[in-house]
Amino acid sequence: MPLSASKLNVGDKYEEVVVDDLTRTQLVMYSGASGDYNPLHTDDLYAKEVAGYPGVFVHGMLSMGLTGKMLTNYVGDGRLTKFGVRFTNQVWPGDTLTSKATVIEIREDGGEHFVDLTLETINQDGKTVVTGSASARVDP
Amino acid sequence: MADDLTMPVEASHILMFARAIGDDNAIYRDDAHARQSEVGHIIAPPTFARAVAQFDPDYHLRWRNNVPWFGSGKNPTGLDNPSPSTGGLHAEQHFEYHRQAKPGDVLTVTTIKGKTWEKMSKRAGRLSFSETIQEYRDQNGELVITSRSVGVKTERPVEQN
Repeated sequence: MPLSASKLNVGDKYEEVVVDDLTRTQLVMYSGASGDYNPLHTDDLYAKEVAGYPGVFVHGMLSMGLTGKMLTNYVGDGRLTKFGVRFTNQVWPGDTLTSKATVIEIREDGGEHFVDLTLETINQDGKTVVTGSASARVDP
Repeated sequence: MADDLTMPVEASHILMFARAIGDDNAIYRDDAHARQSEVGHIIAPPTFARAVAQFDPDYHLRWRNNVPWFGSGKNPTGLDNPSPSTGGLHAEQHFEYHRQAKPGDVLTVTTIKGKTWEKMSKRAGRLSFSETIQEYRDQNGELVITSRSVGVKTERPVEQN
């Protein structure tokens, strides 16, 4: 259900667990779907021995895609007008991520209503992995 | 400026992409549901645009037959002299939507190089940032999505804390 400007308040929050125990198989699936086959995300041997990381880690765009799942569940389908993020920490296989949206403004522009949100995705240790913002069209 | 890319948006690609991000929303896979919905048709998830990589014939992060690949085969890397840089990471990604892409769209994607800048970091040494703007226009020439992406090359692997 789309959101209604009349029922929204600054400070409203929405959150959901977007992935529980993120698997290496999901990294393979994301590579196949997105076309980003970077060995940093698909090749443990390369990630450890050439790149110097503990192992493969999650595509930034997969972290954003997971954050986006929470966002579209909240604002409804086809309602987003803006969605932007910064990747603040790497995400690893085995991580459990929770994404949150907070209402910062409800506004009217050219007869249409919009909500502005800040976004944050945290891992199981409470470390922030994604921060961002989004805007969506809402009902009056 | 790089050559324009052509990105045909297809329902099966959207289905696979939605599965990969673990999003079971019927708007990404069920035509009958989508037709009854407010949007009226299947749409692509909000981060789908970056799957344009599939349509870049020279995309550097895709293995290609008979081209040396920097990932592992017999050895941890297929290159004789792998780059001392640990490669690029994604620092920021911003999308603006005029509408959501849908199956049947044929998007023309224009890539524009943006700013570059440097910063020192305790966790990864010298960071070299570069910005890329991509404009996605549909078969009618209408702007559908603008993407602004910031990539970062690190001097050394990012320290884990």
